[in-house]
Amino acid sequence: MLELASSLFVAAGLVFFVAGTAGLLRFPDALTRLHALTKADNLGLGLLFVGLALRAASWSVAVRLLVVWLLVLFASTTACHLVARAALEARRPPRG
Amino acid sequence: MGELEALDLLLGLALVALAWRLLAAPDLFEGIVLFVTFGLLLSFAWVRLGAPDVALAEAAIGAGLTGALLLDARGAMPGASVEGPARLRWPVAVLAAATGGVLVAAVLTLPAAPAGLEGAVAARLEESGVAHPVTAVLLNFRGYDTLLELGVLWLAWLAVAAAGPRPDPRPELRPDLRAEAPTGPVLAALVSQLVPLLILVGAYLLWAGAHAPGGAFQAGAILAGGGVLLRLSGVPLPEAARAAPVVGLGFALFLGVGLAQAAAGRRFLELLPAQAHDLLVLVEVAATVSIAAVLAALFAGRRSVS
Repeated sequence: MLELASSLFVAAGLVFFVAGTAGLLRFPDALTRLHALTKADNLGLGLLFVGLALRAASWSVAVRLLVVWLLVLFASTTACHLVARAALEARRPPRG
Repeated sequence: MGELEALDLLLGLALVALAWRLLAAPDLFEGIVLFVTFGLLLSFAWVRLGAPDVALAEAAIGAGLTGALLLDARGAMPGASVEGPARLRWPVAVLAAATGGVLVAAVLTLPAAPAGLEGAVAARLEESGVAHPVTAVLLNFRGYDTLLELGVLWLAWLAVAAAGPRPDPRPELRPDLRAEAPTGPVLAALVSQLVPLLILVGAYLLWAGAHAPGGAFQAGAILAGGGVLLRLSGVPLPEAARAAPVVGLGFALFLGVGLAQAAAGRRFLELLPAQAHDLLVLVEVAATVSIAAVLAALFAGRRSVS
């Protein structure tokens, strides 16, 4: 039962990664690509975390997986913000 | 073929493909991004080869710090790029193919049962002062190598410090527009949370080195990474030359420990098993501080604009 739930979560996470990758390759500009990519980073990795945590041998492993997800969440949000900012800067006409 | 073999095969092919792409990239920025990707995949390959120490070093130094250094250098020379796509140069290609052939032949003729020094290290691990074989080799059995590496890092810092503070690449801009990194409040907020965590991780890796993968180089690289993040978020690092008091610490202390053994009638760097643990911890702490200082100094701030 736990095994099945774990596999479902991992599979759902992989769907987000595939969709995010497709979006990264197919979308026309930086902002829409970021939109696709961050779904994989945030939700996709979160689903992977839930799936793997259900299989974890101990609480300590599950908590470490959670910490990995949280760190990636904060880091990728910031990176996305920075890339979007740079993309907007590049679009705007140069200053004085 | 099992799943893991398939994964290894994919990993190997991806590494070769990435290496080709990054060498052939017409744009420097693209090449650097691919180089960082290559480093991350390479560290994954080290994990698959059962060498987590090397994987940690590759991810932190090879991909992380070197990648940041390359991006930094590219940013300091606006407009720089490679001229056209990479061309095939026949003498270089022949030389590279010959070297590659020799390497492949060497791998193919390796004995089935590796005749490494694993057994010899395991047999004397007790006397090394640490419980992790990699650290035992790096700091005790082959202490020479690490001592000289610390010396090389110190020399690298000397060169950076001698070059002086970096000139401002765009002196024509007004000072307020010349701000080092107009990255905004989000990065600054993240960095303020992340840097204490990096210090904790660095300290953990240093402590773990005695009995698990980790050690001075990995810890120093993580700490230096914190310094780079600080600079990117607008906190200026002091000039490279101001790191002078700490950059030579690791080298000097290790050398001193080695010479003290010679003075006591033993061979240079020959540690008594009873004292080895304390001496190695001392050397590791000093080396971590020096490594972090040298690596961070490579990113040191430019002369403050008045």
